[in-house]
Amino acid sequence: MSVGVQLEAPTVSGPEEGPERSDFWIYLARKVGAAIVSFFMLLVVGFIIFSLMPSDPVSALTRGRPTSDAQMNQLRHDLGLDQPLWERFLTFVGHTLSGNLGYSYEYHQPVSTLIADRLWPTLLLMGTSTLISIWLGIWLGIRAGWHPGSVLDRSASAVSLALWSVPTFWLGLILLVVFGSGTVAGIPAIFPAGGMQTHDGAGGLSHITDVAWHLVLPCLTLVAVIFAQYVTIMRSSIIDERGNPYLLTARAKGLRDEVVRRRHAVPNALLPSVTVIFLQIGGMIGGAITVEVVYSWPGLGYLTFTALRIPDLQLLEGTFIVFSAAVIVCNLIADLLYRALDPRVRRQ
Amino acid sequence: MSATQERPPDTTPVEEKAPSRLVPIWRFTLTVLRMPSGLFGVLVMLGFVLMALTAPLYIHPSDLSVTQATGPLLAPPQQGYPLGTDPAGRSVLLLVIWGSRTSLAIGVMATLLTMVLGSSIGLVAGHYQGRTGRLLMHVTDWFIALPGLPLAIALAAVLGQGAASITIAIGVTSWTGTARLVRAQTLAVEARPFIERSRALGATDTQLITRQVLPNVMPLILVSSTLTVASAILAEATLTFLGLGDPTSVSWGSLLNNAFMQGAVTAGAWWYLIPPGIAILVIVLGFTLVGRAVEHALNARVQPR
Amino acid sequence: MTAPASQIPPAAERRTDQPVEPLLDVRDLTVTYHSGKVPVYAARGVDFALAPGETLGMAGESGSGKTTVAMSLLRLLPAETTVTGEIRFRDEDLLAANWGRMRSVRWAEASVVFQGAMSALNPVRTIGEQIVEPILLHEKVGEKAARARARDLLDSVGVPSRRIASYPHELSGGQRQRVMMAMALACDPHLLIADEPTTALDVIVQAQILSLLTDLVRERGISLIMISHDLSVLASTCDRIAVMYAGRLVETGPSRQVIASPLHPYARALAGAFPTLGDPGSRLAPGGLPGDPPDLREEIDGCPFAPRCPEVEDRCRSGVIPLVRRGDRAAACVHVTGYDEAVGDG
Repeated sequence: MSVGVQLEAPTVSGPEEGPERSDFWIYLARKVGAAIVSFFMLLVVGFIIFSLMPSDPVSALTRGRPTSDAQMNQLRHDLGLDQPLWERFLTFVGHTLSGNLGYSYEYHQPVSTLIADRLWPTLLLMGTSTLISIWLGIWLGIRAGWHPGSVLDRSASAVSLALWSVPTFWLGLILLVVFGSGTVAGIPAIFPAGGMQTHDGAGGLSHITDVAWHLVLPCLTLVAVIFAQYVTIMRSSIIDERGNPYLLTARAKGLRDEVVRRRHAVPNALLPSVTVIFLQIGGMIGGAITVEVVYSWPGLGYLTFTALRIPDLQLLEGTFIVFSAAVIVCNLIADLLYRALDPRVRRQ
Repeated sequence: MSATQERPPDTTPVEEKAPSRLVPIWRFTLTVLRMPSGLFGVLVMLGFVLMALTAPLYIHPSDLSVTQATGPLLAPPQQGYPLGTDPAGRSVLLLVIWGSRTSLAIGVMATLLTMVLGSSIGLVAGHYQGRTGRLLMHVTDWFIALPGLPLAIALAAVLGQGAASITIAIGVTSWTGTARLVRAQTLAVEARPFIERSRALGATDTQLITRQVLPNVMPLILVSSTLTVASAILAEATLTFLGLGDPTSVSWGSLLNNAFMQGAVTAGAWWYLIPPGIAILVIVLGFTLVGRAVEHALNARVQPR
Repeated sequence: MTAPASQIPPAAERRTDQPVEPLLDVRDLTVTYHSGKVPVYAARGVDFALAPGETLGMAGESGSGKTTVAMSLLRLLPAETTVTGEIRFRDEDLLAANWGRMRSVRWAEASVVFQGAMSALNPVRTIGEQIVEPILLHEKVGEKAARARARDLLDSVGVPSRRIASYPHELSGGQRQRVMMAMALACDPHLLIADEPTTALDVIVQAQILSLLTDLVRERGISLIMISHDLSVLASTCDRIAVMYAGRLVETGPSRQVIASPLHPYARALAGAFPTLGDPGSRLAPGGLPGDPPDLREEIDGCPFAPRCPEVEDRCRSGVIPLVRRGDRAAACVHVTGYDEAVGDG
């Protein structure tokens, strides 16, 4: 039974197709443009650090090896060090964009090859750790935030604070010595003492199990440090949601407390958390580097560490650019994801 | 802040003089100490500083020298060596105590650098709104996106091994948080009427910033600095562990680096690995808790009872 | 002390000689908030009753306790709140019910239309999902049947049923309020509580919403409690009005009589403050009151209105001033005819 006459102007039927889609493309273009600018700035900073600051890369490279002046000059020419600054910069940009990240004199391989080889182990470690941390952080954060001041909440906060206050690598060392060396308190060496695999060549399931077994301790270390941040994010998100009136409506409908939390509060609280989680990935890279070093995990972090010994500047520069570019991409994803998920932002 | 004296305007701009700051500071300190977190944190801070300063009184160079050490090699805790020994026979306890000096020194220096850098940028960005300010904020935002450790590693590697390069690396990677805070606070302070009055009476930008804005922003900088020391100590440990520190100096990070490089892990030398980490944990907790307590105390002061 | 006004004055359309079993009988309801450092005495000794199909308007300024009383009916107040007294709903004391029973009563037997529909609706769920939710919870119907009923409900409130997949922010303020009403009717409740349903709506939309609401409840025989600070709104939509001040019920009675000749000085001031729709003369006599309502953190002795009352006497300032009945009206004032006899009889 229709009651009353609608005096309000009828709204356009259905979601507005035309303006909405072009709005999204404008947004996308803006964000991608900003990312490109960031990347360019990154190249500038990288150039400044690695090409301008070192006093003489050639002498660093040839340290400890008898080299004649003529050879050093030849090396300088090869590296393009005798060219004017802006030319060097342009060459640098051109090379980087085409994938040429220089040559590592220590490994005698192109930097890009080295990075490509080590990319997968780092992705595996960071990816697994991120997934576990997110799941754990959200689960704990929701429950801590729903009952602020409760025992669970306060112990979660205390544990988070403690884990933040220790260096990641130290946590890794302790775990390694307790569970990987077999020499502490009679605990046997359950987990391998480092590396990514013990048996070479054996493919298939045994290989996967082998790698997985090696992954446990590094992953545990990385998770211990980063899940605390996700707990904090989710917790404050839920606390913010708790004050909202629509939760009272849900309660008035007769829903149980867990249902109100799960079906109403959490989806709203997750929205801002999702983007923040992506933004945290940049901070996780530091942790990943130290974990790889402690466990001799053959990834980009370990590569960076070995590059420090000489120091192999080209290799360092390559890893620096790759890490920073990855963060720029993650930030871009975070921006786009928020837009895609929030119905309020989506249809504007 | 109410003016307690006002001079008739002449060529110098009228200055709002703040009341004597001694009494509020004392009361403020008491407020901080009354909180359990504040008390613990301050005790830890003072304890470690004391320990670091008095160490030369009872630790001789021979205790720290690799060649002159006389203890058993990499031995677990025992008589005379409460925390055991390192592979060269030195007492781990003495090493950890001595290590506090370098770790604290670098932590404090790096924090100073961070504060100066971050505050300057924040003050300028907040005061000169408009293109300069916006540009600075864009740069800050971009900097925040850079992953910290790779940048620190890059800088420290290029600058060479040593305490100075680590300090600079930490400073360059940590200033953004302070800059943002200070900028926000500057904006808030500059919205207050007494700033307008001073400006109307001809105060220059420098005078405004140094005499009016800075004193109001100081408390925030104080809070921020305690938390920064905490993260600077963590950063120093990490960078030294990776081999970027001075190889001859003893710090907690270098102890762990030595332990790692010399196979303490496989040897199961837990007495060599645990103490430096515990020291870091305690001092970082101490500084963090003090920072939080100071923050609470400041908020309590702002809100009228 | 007189007995509380629990004998039901009949609804406007009923024959006066038939006593009716009340749908809702609230006795001595007292609500104290303990959310902050100091307890807040939000409602004290509130007595009123509601017959089936009757509309009751609860009037008063903000902080008078009207929302508190309404929310307490379904026990929707924060956990730390103390609620004493009796809330007899269909002959069951809800304050004594366990939570399982409470949850089944909620929405299925009594539902709420909250104020501020923008924030009372979940922003990330479609309105269809939100209407269907209580249906699926309380009734044994399938998803399809529930959605069909949701569409019918939307039609009945004047929102095109194809909007069922829209999100709250895609609708106008008036439409959202209609959605709230559709949602509240979803389980065919016996009682509907409307908390300031027209605040923040413009006047034309206000009138539409009000007439929609009254039509809907009349068609379905639903009792309505409407809360508003706007007496004129209540006057045009409710059979009876209850006026609250500082947590106490100060006057009740048929709405026309309460507006035209209020018994309590506060009700008189309130009636004077709002021009009555359709009575141009009332615009010219706004009754602005000096002073502020009392602080509810302190226990009040005597009549709470005493500090601001133009007719205050000494005996107003101490003791409890009970509700005194006069036919189907009641007021808590010493000046009501029959006050002395009623109190003396005690």
